[in-house]
Amino acid sequence: MAFKNEEDKKAYWRDNLSLMLKLLVVWFVVSFGFGILLVDVLNHIQFFGFKLGFWFAQQGAIYVFVVLIFVYVRQMNILDKRYGVDEE
Amino acid sequence: MDVQILTFIIVGASFLLYIGIAIWARAGSTQEFYVAGGGVHPIANGMATAADWMSAASFISMAGLISFMGYDGAVYLLGWTGGYVLLALCLAPYLRKFGKFTVPDFIGDRYYSQTARTVAVLCAIFVCFTYVAGQMRGVGVVFSRFLEVDITTGVVIGMGIVFFYTVLGGMKGITYTQVAQYCVLIMAYLVPAIFISIMVTGHILPQTGFGATLSDGSGVYLLEKLDGLSLELGFNEYTSGTKSMIDVFCITAALMVGTAGLPHVIVRFFTVPKVRDARYSAGWALIFIAILYTTAPSLASFARVNMIETINGTEQTGTKYANAPTWITNWEKTGLIAWDDKNNDGKMFYSGDDRNEMKVDRDIMVLANPEIANLPAWVIALVAAGGVAAALSTSAGLLLVISTSVSHDLLKRNLMPNITDKKELFFARLAAAVAICIAGYFGINPPGFVAQVVAFAFGLAASSFFPAIIMGIFMKRMNDKGAISGMLAGITFTAAYIIYFKFVNPAANIPENWFLNISPEGIGTIGMVVNFVVAFVVLKLTGDSPEEIQQLVEDIRYPKGSGEAQAH
Repeated sequence: MAFKNEEDKKAYWRDNLSLMLKLLVVWFVVSFGFGILLVDVLNHIQFFGFKLGFWFAQQGAIYVFVVLIFVYVRQMNILDKRYGVDEE
Repeated sequence: MDVQILTFIIVGASFLLYIGIAIWARAGSTQEFYVAGGGVHPIANGMATAADWMSAASFISMAGLISFMGYDGAVYLLGWTGGYVLLALCLAPYLRKFGKFTVPDFIGDRYYSQTARTVAVLCAIFVCFTYVAGQMRGVGVVFSRFLEVDITTGVVIGMGIVFFYTVLGGMKGITYTQVAQYCVLIMAYLVPAIFISIMVTGHILPQTGFGATLSDGSGVYLLEKLDGLSLELGFNEYTSGTKSMIDVFCITAALMVGTAGLPHVIVRFFTVPKVRDARYSAGWALIFIAILYTTAPSLASFARVNMIETINGTEQTGTKYANAPTWITNWEKTGLIAWDDKNNDGKMFYSGDDRNEMKVDRDIMVLANPEIANLPAWVIALVAAGGVAAALSTSAGLLLVISTSVSHDLLKRNLMPNITDKKELFFARLAAAVAICIAGYFGINPPGFVAQVVAFAFGLAASSFFPAIIMGIFMKRMNDKGAISGMLAGITFTAAYIIYFKFVNPAANIPENWFLNISPEGIGTIGMVVNFVVAFVVLKLTGDSPEEIQQLVEDIRYPKGSGEAQAH
């Protein structure tokens, strides 16, 4: 293990989990939240030619998914570097 | 040039390309056969994953399904994309770090149990076979419509091609042919979609055309028009669905979690060099998938407006059959469209109530689109090549999982631990060959329940693999007994529910009889919860996993030194 000490190792995992959970909250909110649970409420809002809830269910959530993965990749690369566990 | 000849040329050229790639990318070791030597670039792997994932169902049926389901179609759109977020964040990097060849490998080692491994192997084989039978059928349908050969010949040709590059190239051959197949299928999907978007809304991008006004000068939004038409014709409003909210929620969740637990998708992340690449790769895969998945709902709405206006006329009074466009008569021959002149006025009429005179199969929406939009013959040929590419790429990925499960998990890790690499490779090829023949048999003689078993595949993956892998990574203490009883409980519950409503008593398959209003398609979500709960309870009763296993889990949590994917 390349961690300097046990403390670092715990901190790396904690940061990893917290990043993951934050992104999963967004994942849940845009798909299950906006696209399904709140769809009727959001459908009262017009977004170009779409009802907003419908747009999230059939378009918007998918775009957010893509962004989420790349945010995760970026943040994890930074985290790996900070703790010296990146692979080169 | 004649459509038929053009189709032969374009489909034939795509086959030559796949064969050429297969010869170039032969596999020399089990390492290359199972995980392409672990040296695939993340973007190439992303494309291969996308092709692997998008099957004949995604390519041919999905847009049509959505166009008939309206809002409810979101279950497929969200379900089959959202799973990649779970894969990228919770599974792929850790499984890559673990560095084995297969999902049963992980389950068997992490839960230090041959029983767990065997349960996982059986699930993997079952899931893959149910899937692959449908793919072979898809190849047959495309061949029979576009090349006018019979379905059996179509399936045999498809089997031959897949046989060649799977048996010869293994994962290495499959990966690079899938990259080519992705390019073919995405072109075939986008070209007609773009043409139709321009025609209907004047927008080049189908994704923005979806929310734009119609180009007929009326200033009405496409979706507004569609909602109006739907209500007028006795359907539900297009932008609101008919399923209950809890059912939409559960189906979406089951498909997402099922996606993240499907062995042929997970195994793709073993082929990249590093943990970091596994993360990137999932992102690229989702981009490539999203291109098709954001186009599909747009296409669905264009196609629906187009179809209704063609059949009913712009005045909604019906079009004289004598004046029907040629695509209607063309597709009538295949039985996918039928007209029954109930009121004897010589006019066709399509609606959701008793005025309806048309039977329109949903598969027609993508396949007949180029004809509906009057596109040139080469576009029709391209769509045929795309449909075949989608079906072949998915079959190959599935067949590889079957062959790996047999040669690696069942023989090498279970029954014959001492065989050499060369022998194992031989068995892998043999298993692939046998699997192709079985799949071909089901393609030619499809069991009547192919469509139903797809729900089964996702439900099973959601209620078995996904919780076992998640707990394997995020709960060091989870032990063998907890995981095994969880998997068995999840599978049994899900399978029993689906079998009851789909096979034993299909007449009872109505919302009133469902548990909490959840359809058999969505029950995998509850199965997953059952799995987690049972695993936790058993863990509490039997004590934590041993120290060395906790050490192993610690190890997969940190990316440094993932090394090559290896057997031991």
